[in-house]
Amino acid sequence: MTKPRTARSIGAASCKGCGLLVEVSDAPKALHHCPRCHTAVYQRIPDSLARTWAFLLAAMALYIPANLYPILTLVSFGQKNSDTIISGVFSLMGAGQWSIALIVFVASVLVPIVKIVVLLFLVLSVQLKIQWRPDVRTRMYRVTELVGRWSMVDIFMISILIALVKLQALANVDAGPGAAAFAAVVILTMLAAMSFDPRLIWDVLEEETNE
Amino acid sequence: MPDILRKLPETGPYIACPECDLIHERGRMRPGHVGVCRRCGAVLFKSQHNSLDRTLALSLSGIVFFLLASYFPLLSFRMEGAFRSNQLLDGTFEFVNEGYFFLAVVVLVSSVLAPFLVLVLVSSILLPLKFGVLPFAVKSQVRILEQIRPWAMAEIFLLGILVAFVKLGDFAEVSVGVSFYSLAMMVVATVLAFTTLDEHELWSRIREVENG
Ligand SMILES: [Zn+2]
Ligand SMILES: [Zn+2]
Repeated sequence: MTKPRTARSIGAASCKGCGLLVEVSDAPKALHHCPRCHTAVYQRIPDSLARTWAFLLAAMALYIPANLYPILTLVSFGQKNSDTIISGVFSLMGAGQWSIALIVFVASVLVPIVKIVVLLFLVLSVQLKIQWRPDVRTRMYRVTELVGRWSMVDIFMISILIALVKLQALANVDAGPGAAAFAAVVILTMLAAMSFDPRLIWDVLEEETNE
Repeated sequence: MPDILRKLPETGPYIACPECDLIHERGRMRPGHVGVCRRCGAVLFKSQHNSLDRTLALSLSGIVFFLLASYFPLLSFRMEGAFRSNQLLDGTFEFVNEGYFFLAVVVLVSSVLAPFLVLVLVSSILLPLKFGVLPFAVKSQVRILEQIRPWAMAEIFLLGILVAFVKLGDFAEVSVGVSFYSLAMMVVATVLAFTTLDEHELWSRIREVENG
């Protein structure tokens, strides 16, 4: 098997800001700046795995209060109704709004879980030097990074409801602590995905062909 | 091997895949051509004809739509004779009122500030370039643009408004305001602006203007 020619193998790295191929030294934490856009250029994101782990663990911890606490509370004619993320999906289903219920279910329940699981799998696969289908794993990474932000849909929905439904005794919607925890989960998983360097998936293969 | 690096001018013929590090030659590019990594499938470059002019036109119209969206009401809501409508920033203010400062910042940045700033930066980079003038601190502007983009979530905000609209429709009379349509147009303009943007052309243009 011929060794694939990577940027690292010729002492260069792709600039994250503008895509220019920049000459960098091999020292893992050496700081270089792109001559074209001045973005810091690294061969691999420094401490990529440790930072991804940190963000992932924090996201998993906050995932619990995000689902236990209400994300919003409706008070109407003295009656109080709280919704968690899951019960929000059910109440949409109860109202017969199947398509919106499905969108909210995918964005708020499915995507965060799948994203956390995929990132855990990717980090572990790099740490355990697993060689299984790097192309598939890179695609998994690409899709999670693309889709993850859509979980913010519930937070935006809440921001509309609390501003609009303020009719004193008639109807009043307030945000709940679950919303803050959930927004933190989404942001932490985004930071985890940004910290993960997909090139690490491929490095194992090159180390193999070196031997 | 280091030969390659010696031949690297600032808009070099070689690029490395950002996702798997494999070296590729840009080759001769026809407009409309998309370069894809042969090892992992990541998009490496898009080559477009007149890309900068179109991106500029789209981002300027995006700014106009944003201004419209911030002036008119998003949704209005009628229940038992009571009436309310909300504007773009009301959600942020309401989070502050209820003591959720973190959510106020998150929503303000992702639904208003970042999407607007993205359009402003694209315009303030491309407008001077069009007239052969080097934009102020152009490298920093491009760098900041790249860093802000993941946090601009106007398209998701739009979906959030729709979900709220459906939820409210159950117990009250809701109608969509002018601002909603303006916001939708802004999202379309932003998406198109970035699909037509050819980064390689942007950097060649900056270099051209720099060298007079
Ligand atoms: Zn650069
Ligand atoms: Zn690749």
